[in-house]
Amino acid sequence: MSNVRVLVGTRKGAFILTSDGKRERWDVSGPHFAGWEIYHLKGSPIDPNRLYASQSSGWFGQVIQRSSDGGKTWETPGGETTPKPDAPPTGKSNKFVYDTSPPAGKPLTTHQWYDGTQHPWEFKRVWHLEPSLIDPDDVYAGVEDAALFRSTDGAHTWREVAGLRGHGTGPQWQPGAGGLCLHTIILDPKDPKRMFIAISAAGAFRTDDGGTTWRPINRGLHSPYIPDPNAEIGHCVHHVAMHPARPGVLFMQKHWDVMRSENAGDSWQEVSGNLPSDFGFVIDVHAHEPETIYVVPIKSDGEHFVPDGKLRVYRSRSGGNEWEALTKGLPQANCYVNVLRDAMAVDSLDKCGVYFGTTGGQVYASADAGDTWSPIVRDLPAVLSVEVQTLP
Amino acid sequence: MIRVVLPPHLRGLARISGEVELDLQAPVTQRSVVDALEIRYPMLSGTIRDHVTQTRRPFLRFFACGEDLSHEQPDAPLPEAVVSGTEPLLIVGAIAGG
Repeated sequence: MSNVRVLVGTRKGAFILTSDGKRERWDVSGPHFAGWEIYHLKGSPIDPNRLYASQSSGWFGQVIQRSSDGGKTWETPGGETTPKPDAPPTGKSNKFVYDTSPPAGKPLTTHQWYDGTQHPWEFKRVWHLEPSLIDPDDVYAGVEDAALFRSTDGAHTWREVAGLRGHGTGPQWQPGAGGLCLHTIILDPKDPKRMFIAISAAGAFRTDDGGTTWRPINRGLHSPYIPDPNAEIGHCVHHVAMHPARPGVLFMQKHWDVMRSENAGDSWQEVSGNLPSDFGFVIDVHAHEPETIYVVPIKSDGEHFVPDGKLRVYRSRSGGNEWEALTKGLPQANCYVNVLRDAMAVDSLDKCGVYFGTTGGQVYASADAGDTWSPIVRDLPAVLSVEVQTLP
Repeated sequence: MIRVVLPPHLRGLARISGEVELDLQAPVTQRSVVDALEIRYPMLSGTIRDHVTQTRRPFLRFFACGEDLSHEQPDAPLPEAVVSGTEPLLIVGAIAGG
């Protein structure tokens, strides 16, 4: 029988939850890296015991952790003691330096600040780690201030994929309330040269040549709270999801609006339909039904909690527009949590399991594609991210 | 022998407990202490001072002998009591936030 491993990043450490395929009883391991913010953990699709974790702190900056045994033990790549006492330190796994070299294209030193002035690009933290589909030592990192980095040596060293910031619109990128963060990285399983990323608050972008060149893919997005509501960039995209069997179809939770693209982001159509609020952060796709998608509506951009005190996941079986509330097992009174952008994931068992974590520290799971829910752990620190691995 | 006290988060990261003892050549400075720490514990690189600018992280302070040495020049000699090991160099995280 298959097993499931849930990787949970929180404000004060990481937790790893494991269960067998019944998904009824869960073992909780953690906190790992207690006291540190763990924005994201993710496993390699081809070596599930290879995990990467983004560990950060306002005091001590960024640390990258790596596990080769499914999270039982961790190491900072390059963090081993140097063989010679006077040798320079080898710990560069947390060294993220923006590429401003002329060969990278157009050296960028500033982006737009909240007040419209230009502001220097400053590395703050890694929001998202995306291991490659073919090599466990190959991993991408989406960072704040927004940029894409890549390591091909198991996170020992990082190099910016500079064509993204250099493609031309970078000086117009402006931070959202959470910062200027690159939070979504999607690798196309059918085209190794194609990749999608999303930035708050710049929008979504795509490369078709392995990261050398990029272009905005925001046509059809409408954001009335920016100077040009239909601008090429400047939209606060919160998250994007894709079903691996149909990589040309994308689903997006924007600041407001749930959107869908049939053409790899060339154009978007709104599919918010009958949602009680189309503001939200997470969006994900059923593992076996590419037209079944999930969101968690949030009341508004000023009130980051679920509407009416009810925690409801909404499911559409038609790829959007027609939504049903999933409430069984979820609190339906006096609940005022948020579900952040990277805090929902699915397993690939039959039936598909759906998981999400809240800012109240609960991780809820459904072993029947959302029909019923139960907390598999509660009272953790605020949950920042949830990823799921289906293990043989 | 120079004695250094790290904040708990960095002790955890470096997997050490208690004080760190460093054997350094004169002159002993903030820079030479952090250099030695990063060589012995490479995972601390970038956590006390920025990788690129080599400046102290803003939420960290250096104290010794009851004084705040944070704004001393990185190459200024540390107090004799620190050099002799009588007093430790304290690397302290700011008390801020949650």
